[in-house]
Order: sequence, then structure tokens, then C-alpha cells
Amino acid sequence: MFSYLVKRIIGMIPTLILVCVVVFLFVHMLPGDPARLAAGPEADAETVQNIRKELGLDLPLPQQFGHYLLNLSQGDLGTSLRTKRPVLAEIGARFMPTLILTLTSMVWSVIFGLVIGVVSAVWRNRWPDRLFMTLAVSGISFPPFALGMILIQIFAVNLGWLPSVGATSWQHYILPSITLGAAVAAIMARFTRASFVEVIQEDFVRTARAKGLSEKVVIVKHTLRNALIPVVTMMGLQFGFLLGGSIVVETVFGWPGMGTLLVDAVTARDYPVIQGLVLLFSFEFILINMIVDVLYGVINPTIRYR
Amino acid sequence: MASSIRLSVIANGSDMTQVTSSPIESLPPKRERIRTPMTEFIRKFRKQHLAVVAALFILALVIIAILAPWIVPFDPEEYFDYDRINQAPSALHWLGVDSLGRDIFSRIVMGTRISLAAGFISVALGAIVGTVLGLLAGYYEGWWERIVMRISDVLLAFPGILLAIGVIAVLGPSMVNVVIAVAVFSIPAFARLVRGNTLSLKNMTYIEAVRSIGASDFTILFKHILPGTISPILVYGTMRIGTSIITAASLSFIGLGAQPPTPEWGAMLNEARSDMVLAPHVAIFPSLAIFLTVLAFNLLGDGLRDALDPKIDRQ
Repeated sequence: MFSYLVKRIIGMIPTLILVCVVVFLFVHMLPGDPARLAAGPEADAETVQNIRKELGLDLPLPQQFGHYLLNLSQGDLGTSLRTKRPVLAEIGARFMPTLILTLTSMVWSVIFGLVIGVVSAVWRNRWPDRLFMTLAVSGISFPPFALGMILIQIFAVNLGWLPSVGATSWQHYILPSITLGAAVAAIMARFTRASFVEVIQEDFVRTARAKGLSEKVVIVKHTLRNALIPVVTMMGLQFGFLLGGSIVVETVFGWPGMGTLLVDAVTARDYPVIQGLVLLFSFEFILINMIVDVLYGVINPTIRYR
Repeated sequence: MASSIRLSVIANGSDMTQVTSSPIESLPPKRERIRTPMTEFIRKFRKQHLAVVAALFILALVIIAILAPWIVPFDPEEYFDYDRINQAPSALHWLGVDSLGRDIFSRIVMGTRISLAAGFISVALGAIVGTVLGLLAGYYEGWWERIVMRISDVLLAFPGILLAIGVIAVLGPSMVNVVIAVAVFSIPAFARLVRGNTLSLKNMTYIEAVRSIGASDFTILFKHILPGTISPILVYGTMRIGTSIITAASLSFIGLGAQPPTPEWGAMLNEARSDMVLAPHVAIFPSLAIFLTVLAFNLLGDGLRDALDPKIDRQ
């Protein structure tokens, strides 16, 4: 198990480096001169020249990349063009609300998705299955921002049960978390059902039934574990979906997280902040994929020995 | 993924077995239709009633999108009815009036054009580039494959919408850039799907036969391997159009796609936010438009999958 873990962590390194290169090159892909962007539209030629020196933009690209990595290792992500504060400080305050929102959404949607998927597979082609699968296909088709607006209208405006914007108490997490998790719950339910239906028709399940095991043992002990293998992979992919979805959902709920910060930064063309956020989002996603890979090894021992 | 590989393999082999198993002893020629993969597909697809309804709905949407400028009763951007601001649906304004006095029905009809075009074009671009990359990566293993697959892994590792926002940060907010961004993040998924199929198809006997009569790599790839991977591409592409429409609408909703006053459904919803309490219908109709359109593509995708998957018959 330990060597598997080490292998996974080493396997992450090329991807991390590639992400760093892409994010570093981002500023150079922008139309126009990065120094001019940093200086602002009113700056004269001399100021632009000074800023170019200051930011090291006059150096050759590989050297610039070296500087970038060095600064990165010291936690220096540059300075926001808009607020003139360090990017790390800007992001720092926004990190936890987004992380907690994504985690709560993940937890409820995975539990819901799994249970609904298993129930649908066990009673397949009967009414619980039809009901849940209709709900699930609606869930993946409903735009999350529209769902958020409707939930605010019903539970915050009409009924007044829950707060609509902000993130100061646990009640604030309920509506955004439902909005963000709905599509994932639907995807997980569909995927779990498909995986479960496939496994339930395998020979070893028939054998388990034939030797007189109760249906409960057959489902929980023999089918579930095997059906879970592709589901866990799917879970990792869905986390990326949640991180991306949080950008939209945060906008609806005025959530003080990284998503609203990113949208504001793109609108204001605040490139250092965009760069820092894209890097952080990617790192978070790569890390979660690694955790999923490790989980995969826990569920399915044959993977570990490849 | 595994099922789609199996699917394409059988789709290629099934017609042959049926031809050879045609009974010799049944001397009086029966007036039976010849079963080809196409007729088989149509027979199975017809049984998927929901998918047939979805297909008809999408056909209707396409017609609406093409004829939109001639259907709309009012100009979607330039007509303002200041006496009926935020009014609920009526005989004059079928879906009501928005906060600026514009006719919501006209705007939604015009928006059909934008959303469908965004969905179709971005998925088509992504599918074409991804398919070619996937075919090449699957057929020529080696450094080329490793590079393509490593890049698609990294692209897949990015949440799609984040990648799209990155592209928009470079190119600037507009609907055309949204289409480019959505196309870019569709590429790796198609590349991966097609590569998997190519890997399993290229070792089959019929490819060996084609190669042994001296066919070029180009002929083998595009005339013999590509047809075998068409059905999973079709199923995935259909579902992908739904996702792309939601993504495009989401980007417009957060202000990075179509800009007001363009009647894009996501942008309309964003404009409706401030008046949600006074006039919920302004938000409800664009939401319904997105929901029904995406639902239709998802149901059609489900139906296509079931009709193209030979395993379904046994269940």
C-alpha cells in the first residue's frame, strides 16, 4: 500500500509541472504587452519600461519561469492589479468558504446518489426506478443557476426559512449546497444504477444467490463493493465538476468564495489574481484526483499491484 | 467506456453473422425485410418513445431556430413596451414582458438560435478535432500517443468551466469565445473515447485483412476504423450538446458570455435576477427553455445509447 501511495504521488509531478507552465504562459498568451497591462492604460513609456524591469519581464522566458517557480515556492503569487494587495491574501480569505461549500455538496450528493442508484438498480424497470431516473435526468438537465434562483425565491423570499446571500452561519450553506450538489447527485445516481445493473447480472451474483444467501447479503456484500469501483472514479471526476460549478453557484448566492473572486477578476482583467486562482483550482483538483486514486486502490486490491 | 467498446465491435460484426446464418433450407423465399445495422437501429430506436419525442422536439427547435427572425412577433432587442413593464403573460405578449418592456416570447425564440448554434458548433468542433487526435493516438502508439494523452489528461483534469473562463480571460467575453472555449474542453473527452475504440478495433481480423491487401493507413483509419467508432461518438456527442448549452448559458449568466441586450437564455436570466420578486415569470420562461432543450438532448442521448447497445436486447 505504501509503495502504491508513493507511486501515485510521484505520478502527480509531471501534471503539476505542466499546469505551472500553462499558468505561467497564460500572461504571455494575452493579447498585448503584460507590462503595459500591469502599468494600466494611462502609464507612459518610461513607467511601462520600469514595470517591465521590476516584474522581470525583460528576461528570457526560461529564466522568467525559474523566477516564477521560486516565488511560487515562497507563496508569492504576485500583487492584485485592482486592490494592490498580495494575491495570496486576496485568495486566502476566500478559500475556506469555497472548500466547505464543495465538501458539503459532495457529501450529500454522493450519499443521495448512491442510495438512489442502488434502489433503482434493485427495483429496476419498476416504479421506484422510473421515478428516480426521471428525477435524475431532470437533475442533469436543469441549469444550476436557475435552480439557485428558484430556491432563493421559494425558501428565502416566500417562506423566509433560510437566508439567501452571504456565508456567516450554517443555514447559509443549505441552499447553495443543494444547488451545487443537485446535478452531481443526479449523475451519481445514473452512474451507480448502470454499474450496479451490470454487476448484478454477473455469474458470481447468481452463485451467491444459488448457495442460499439472503438478498440483503447478496446486494450489500457481493454486488455493492464490485459496483463501487467505477463509481469511485466517477466521484473524483465529479469533484472537478463541483469546483467548476461553484463558480456559477457562488455568483447566484453572492458567496464570498474563490468563484466570485474569479468572476470579478476576469471582468476587471486582474491577471495576477486569475493566474493564482487557476493555479489553486488546478492543484486542488489534482490533489483530489490523487486521493480518489488511492481510494480506488483501497477498494480494489488488484490495482495496487500493477 | 467498456460498454461502448463492446458496442462498436458488435456493430461491425453483427451484420456478417446474420448474412451467413440465413437458412438454406427455407426454400420458399420469405418476403422478409433485409436486416441491416441501420434498420436494426431504427427498429430499436422506435421503441424508445421518450427519445422519439425528444428527437421531434429537437427537430422543432431547429426549425424554430432557423425561422426565428420571421417567427418573432416583436423585435427581441429594439422593441420596448413601456406601458406593460414586468407584465405577466397575456394574449398580446404570450410569455409576458421583462423589466425593460421587451417581449419575452420573441427573446426566447431568438435565443433558441444562439443556444442551439453554441451547442452544435462547439460540440462539432470538439468532436472533429478530438476524433482525429484519438484515431491517430490509438493507431500510432508511441511518443505521439503519449503526448496527446498526457495533454488530454491535463485538459480533463481542469474543471471545464474553469478552462472556459481561462480562454475567455485571454480572448475577452463574447459568445464566439464561449463557443471556442467549450469546443476546447470537449476535445480531450472525444480523443479519449475514440482512442479506446481505435485500440480495440485495430487488432481485429478485418483490419488485418484490409492491411494485407495493401490499404494505406489513411484508408484504414478513416474508412474502416472510424465507422466502427461512430456510434459511441454519436451518443456521447448528443449528451455533450446538452452540457455545452448549460455551460454556455452559465458563462453568459455570470457575465462572461453573450452580453446584454443579446437575447441569450443565460444572459436573460441574469437580467431577471433583480426583479425576481416582482416578476418571477421573467426568470421562469428562460429557465424552462434551457431545461427543456437540455432535457431533450439528454433523453435523445439515452435513447440512442439504448438503441445502439446490443446488450440491451438481452435484458
